[in-house]
Amino acid sequence: MPHSLTIHELMEKLDSGELSSQQVVKAYLDRIEAVDPKLNSFVTVDREGAMEQARQADRQRAEGGRGALLGAPIAVKDALATKGLKTTASSKSLENYIPPFDSFVVGKLKEAGAVIIGKTNMDEFAMGSSTENSHFGATRNPWNTDKIPGGSSGGSAAAVSADLCAGAIGSDTGGSIRQPASCCGIVGLKPTYGRVSRFGLIAFASSLDQVGPMTKDVADAAVLLNVIAGYDSLDSTCADVAVDDYTSGIGDGVEGLTIGVPREYFVDGMDPEVDRSVRESIEALENLGARIKSISLPHTKYAVPVYYVIAPAEASSNLARYDGVKYGFRADGADSLVSMYEATRMEGFGAEVKRRIMLGTYALSSGYYDAYYLKAQKVRTLIRDDFLKAFEEVSVIMAPTVPTPPFGIGEKTGDPLQMYLNDVLTINANLAGIPGVSMPCGFSADRLPIGVQVLGPYFKEKLILRVARTLEGVLSCNKAKPVIN
Amino acid sequence: MKLARDEVRHVATLARLELSPEEEELFAAQLSDILEYINQLNELDTDSIEPTSHAVDLMNVFREDEISQKFDPGIWKLNAPSEDHGHFRVPKIIESEG
Repeated sequence: MPHSLTIHELMEKLDSGELSSQQVVKAYLDRIEAVDPKLNSFVTVDREGAMEQARQADRQRAEGGRGALLGAPIAVKDALATKGLKTTASSKSLENYIPPFDSFVVGKLKEAGAVIIGKTNMDEFAMGSSTENSHFGATRNPWNTDKIPGGSSGGSAAAVSADLCAGAIGSDTGGSIRQPASCCGIVGLKPTYGRVSRFGLIAFASSLDQVGPMTKDVADAAVLLNVIAGYDSLDSTCADVAVDDYTSGIGDGVEGLTIGVPREYFVDGMDPEVDRSVRESIEALENLGARIKSISLPHTKYAVPVYYVIAPAEASSNLARYDGVKYGFRADGADSLVSMYEATRMEGFGAEVKRRIMLGTYALSSGYYDAYYLKAQKVRTLIRDDFLKAFEEVSVIMAPTVPTPPFGIGEKTGDPLQMYLNDVLTINANLAGIPGVSMPCGFSADRLPIGVQVLGPYFKEKLILRVARTLEGVLSCNKAKPVIN
Repeated sequence: MKLARDEVRHVATLARLELSPEEEELFAAQLSDILEYINQLNELDTDSIEPTSHAVDLMNVFREDEISQKFDPGIWKLNAPSEDHGHFRVPKIIESEG
């Protein structure tokens, strides 16, 4: 079936003429119709648009055209603007918003010939770790529909895992690509801060947000990163650093590399199955010639408190724009401008978004700025310096992505702090700005995916993909498919 | 660190959020818990540490303010909650005197 193919397998069959893009896109659309009512991974499926793009791709190919993604159906997190296609950030405040422009990443996908099959569900404004905070209802984990798919890019992760698209795009502010990738048994890459333009990404926390691929295997992550990485003058935080060919050298193995294993990432309360699975993965790489070194990242435990000052503070500023004046939802019946703002924001935002706006506004308010925001920024320096020091001794760092397999839907919604602690192993990379890739490394006894992450120095995406690909070659966890019921 | 209801109200005003009495109560309790958790940062002496605003060094990026792309003015109307003759309509801004 075409929908079980990876992107690189699919491209071979499209280029050889064995499959047409229209056949492939039709197969995916049929599967979405059959399966997605159980998962709710899409906010919008662009049936007509996708079929039209597929027809164009087939026409171009017949005329000798080629493209890295020509005719491949890709799903995009609903946080990235798509011209003429509703973009909601899973918020009531944007439920009818139709962007007049493409985000940089979507423009790059289209240039490479991708078919944008639809927009995936997420925690509202990317605030959450379970995709339960969506105005359009929770997304469910394909491996067990009573479990969360992770978040905030839970729709993209579930759609890739359930073969509802060939690959997907997510965004990662505190783990929102890697954590759902781990929960759904797929590959998710958060690039270095600045590697991929955020132009047209609906902003959450601007010093942390980064866009990246979510795919069925490691090679596909490299294929998508090749397409979306690069400099963009429309994002002033985008790095003007040469782009590698991330697909080359991916099979070079790990001999001669030193892999750091941070003691602090094997936390109290970690699930024993996660612990075992990750340690076995590290041993597997040792057997292939990598040197394993135990390291310390002493400020790891402060990452969650630092993050829950910095991210809400930046969010409170970024979300000030949703005032109901120029676009988006507006509350009816207000008799003054200020009461219109207040009522619009009360009705337009969900509970978690309001909670974070409140927290961020408090942390930035007069009298508290030094105690919270400045303090958090200073500790952020310590967290980054831990990584810089570690990378003087090791090539990459390996650790679990999430301390436990995915939890039950509704299990943590009543206690925000418990929900935040789920990000304890992913947030650090965002605070430091370094790249990280999560990949499946095993299953729990009740058949829930377990993920391991490989973190690397700035702009060393190629290196972490190489390590991940080596491990994938031994484990083959990526070949396992969920049975959805 | 216990957040009082009137502090919650003050922050909500700064954030232009109307909160229901139930939300005020819930947020007072939840934000207090979160702030208490955040206060563990005070275990660290950071007097001599420089703050990090971005993990990667950034410079200001300047360019000439030239128009490179033009949108049809009608395109903005499509997303406007309320518009009139090419302008966004909002409730009254200036109060009349007396």
